[in-house]
Amino acid sequence: MKYPVTEHGRFSVIALSGEIDLNVSPKAREQILKQLKQHKHLLVDLSAVDYIDSSGVASLVEGFQLARAQKQDFALIGVSKAAMQVLQLARLDKVFKIYNSLDECE
Amino acid sequence: MRLLQRIHFLSQPEKLKPVREAVRVMAREQGCTEENLDCMVMAINEACMNVMQHAYHEINDGEIVLEFWQESDELVIRIYDFAEKVDISTIKSRDLDDVRPGGLGVHLIHKVMDKVEYLDIPEQAGNLLEMRKRIGDIKQCKIKCEVDQ
Repeated sequence: MKYPVTEHGRFSVIALSGEIDLNVSPKAREQILKQLKQHKHLLVDLSAVDYIDSSGVASLVEGFQLARAQKQDFALIGVSKAAMQVLQLARLDKVFKIYNSLDECE
Repeated sequence: MRLLQRIHFLSQPEKLKPVREAVRVMAREQGCTEENLDCMVMAINEACMNVMQHAYHEINDGEIVLEFWQESDELVIRIYDFAEKVDISTIKSRDLDDVRPGGLGVHLIHKVMDKVEYLDIPEQAGNLLEMRKRIGDIKQCKIKCEVDQ
């Protein structure tokens, strides 16, 4: 599974989709960290995520931590209802920067 | 208690998606609300993932048995594995203020289910996790799932 990456101003945008569970979260993690290791500011688009489990959330947290260590911007955009429910339960909706759309990220 | 369904599968991450789909079908047939259903799918997925990662240590041929029982207005979910006995005292959620990858599964399970406990079974028989959820209780589930106090 290769998630599409686009450029938007100073950000790279990686669009996760479908069900992010233990079976696919290693790929999501790898691609998130790859972008950050290229010293790009990163937005993770969760608008097409139907389901995310704690392994998927862990991939986001790892990205958040690497970005912070490297002084890069890291945010989530268009968080789907299913993903937001998990982030709220984990109290991570208060940790991540979350935007409704790309236009809010300038 | 009345047995509703029993599912056998191996400790392979690719099995989680079909298991979630089977849980949705079964729970809808039992009259669960969509909100309750999301809670149960989340809890069962997290519990099965914990078995794969922490009981079977990511080997992919461990057997997992998932049972659904109904007892009065509760759906009872039992998850059996046949790995070495897990030290229950080590199974706990991390402090949510300590933001780091991992350690969220147990927290999510306890947030969305009404009762969660490891049942006492013989030493060589693996582990048995039992989770209970009242079905059809929309208000309770909304509070537990969508509002984080």
